Amino acid sequence: MTTDTTTRQSASGIARPEIKPTGLLRQSLAITRRNLIHIKRMPEMLMDVTIQPVMFVLLFAYVFGGSIAVKGSPAGYREWLMGGIMGQTIAFASFIVAVGLTADIDKGIVDRMRSLPINPSAVLVGRSISSLLHSSIGILVMSVTGLFVGWRIRGSFAEAVLAYALLLLWGFAMIWIGILVGSAMRSVEAVNGLMFTTMFPITFLANTFAPTDNMPHFLRVIAEWNPISSLVQAVRQLWGNDLPVPADAALPLHHPIITTLIWTVGLTLVMAPLAIRAFAKRTEG
Amino acid sequence: MTSPAIEAEHLVKKFGDTTAVDDVSFSVPEGSVLGLLGPNGAGKTTTVRMMTTLAKPTSGTARVAGHDVLREPDAVRRSMGLTGQAATVDELLTGRENLRLIGSLYGLSGSYVKSAGADLLERFSLTEAADRTVKTYSGGMRRRLDLAVSLIATPPVLFLDEPTTGLDPRSRVELWEVLRGLVKDGTTLLLTTQYLEEADQLADRIVVIDRGQIIAEGTPLELKDRSGKASLVLTVSRAEDLQTAADMLRQRVSEVHVDEAARQLTAPAEGLRDMTRIAAVFEDSSIELDDLGLKRPSLDDVFLHLTGHRAEEPTETEQEQAS
Ligand SMILES: Nc1ncnc2c1ncn2[C@@H]1O[C@H](COP(=O)(O)OP(=O)(O)O)[C@@H](O)[C@H]1O
Ligand SMILES: [Mg+2]
Repeated sequence: MTTDTTTRQSASGIARPEIKPTGLLRQSLAITRRNLIHIKRMPEMLMDVTIQPVMFVLLFAYVFGGSIAVKGSPAGYREWLMGGIMGQTIAFASFIVAVGLTADIDKGIVDRMRSLPINPSAVLVGRSISSLLHSSIGILVMSVTGLFVGWRIRGSFAEAVLAYALLLLWGFAMIWIGILVGSAMRSVEAVNGLMFTTMFPITFLANTFAPTDNMPHFLRVIAEWNPISSLVQAVRQLWGNDLPVPADAALPLHHPIITTLIWTVGLTLVMAPLAIRAFAKRTEG
Repeated sequence: MTSPAIEAEHLVKKFGDTTAVDDVSFSVPEGSVLGLLGPNGAGKTTTVRMMTTLAKPTSGTARVAGHDVLREPDAVRRSMGLTGQAATVDELLTGRENLRLIGSLYGLSGSYVKSAGADLLERFSLTEAADRTVKTYSGGMRRRLDLAVSLIATPPVLFLDEPTTGLDPRSRVELWEVLRGLVKDGTTLLLTTQYLEEADQLADRIVVIDRGQIIAEGTPLELKDRSGKASLVLTVSRAEDLQTAADMLRQRVSEVHVDEAARQLTAPAEGLRDMTRIAAVFEDSSIELDDLGLKRPSLDDVFLHLTGHRAEEPTETEQEQAS
């Protein structure tokens, strides 16, 4: 047996190690680390933030780009497109959280963690951190791909940083939706089904891939009020990739940055309690 | 005598209209083994989940190492290890990484986890596989790793939910050996099982539950005595000898059951001594036997005796859920 100084003799004579209370941060990081090892062992998990968005960039930039002229040129469209794809990629952070959480609940990993002397939130915090890192890899890959197809940041450095910060903030709000969905669904397949049938329409019915001006009135209203549109518009403005907002566009598009902030705070305030309740209900039953 | 290591006090758990656990109380003295025996759906997992702070009792409470599960859940978690019904090790991590993850969540120092982890891997014959991902492990290896992970902090109390379900007989016997070692070192064990034999092999006391209620409690010997004796089963080679054999048997035992189709006779027997006595009788006769054996009461017999229904029959609640 180990004669480590951190062990003590119990009444029955076996050396038992001292269990030091650790903080939420250390516990969450241990779980984050484990989630990152998963990515290392199964790099194909990153396809959703690498190959898929890169494919979208190329498809939209070169297949549709020719017929959607922005600033009068396909190059203009390619530059304009980047904010849209980044917005879509970060919206899928919810998906990443949900899939990971459902898998862990399903396999009993969450129960195993809950049987340990740790803060029960560590499972969620660890999952959130690793998912945000996961999505950030996507944002990074997008940025590099963008540079190759002619995308440039034309605003100031501070504005560029603010744009990335808005994307991350949005990812943070998405985490709660992910926890809610992940706690409510019984299998990874169910999460996939739900997320594909909701997230794709939501992220397409916006200004992500095509300007809203030419949409039929009914769709245009939905698209312009879609929070994804505010985020995308804000990011484009901050990077200097935007088009002038038509005077008749819906209110959020005229104030995209503040609207995005309001949405992230609002979504978090509404979704976080629901998510935490759903998680508790699912795991404590 | 010290206070019990595990105590359940009137535990009740309801899921909607279903009462999964219905007023279950028992206590396990320090350093001993309790077998919680019951068929599928009896409420074993739910009981364990309540005692390990994973589920809140609808009413009642439990204490682990003197700590109340409701009032001091963290102290309970520090005092016990749990191996759930399905192996909950991480498939994408290696064996060593699994130990490290749980060790660091316990707040153990890195150097301690390293050396204690290596000891555990050695003890569970996993050293060679330690740096392979768990995906490549067999069922038995996963179970052993799961147990090793639960032991990283050397908890004084260990809960094992059906630790050998799904294992081949050899792995099962190996795991029993490991568990005996733990108990010898002073660990208090609560294990659930569907097999009387397993409870018999490991437990000092057995609590039998069915449909959420305790229906019997005692040492393995007491339970087996209550649920009927062992029986002698004898198969004759030629059908025409069956009646003669039955008559010979009747002179020596009180009651003989004749199964003509199987050419089989069944009679109550005390043990091996009875069997050799009967064997000698037939040895001297002209009756040829195909088989002669002693059948100990199985869980089925225990159940049939205690509850009047067979263990594998679905309980009412399961029927409700199926419809
Ligand atoms: N989360 C749950 N929701 C509803 N019913 C449940 C839940 N967990 C268990 N049950 C029901 O409670 C009963 C006992 O289940 P369980 O404790 O898993 O039995 P065992 O472990 O002995 O097989 C079963 O009828 C089961 O269907
Ligand atoms: Mg069970």
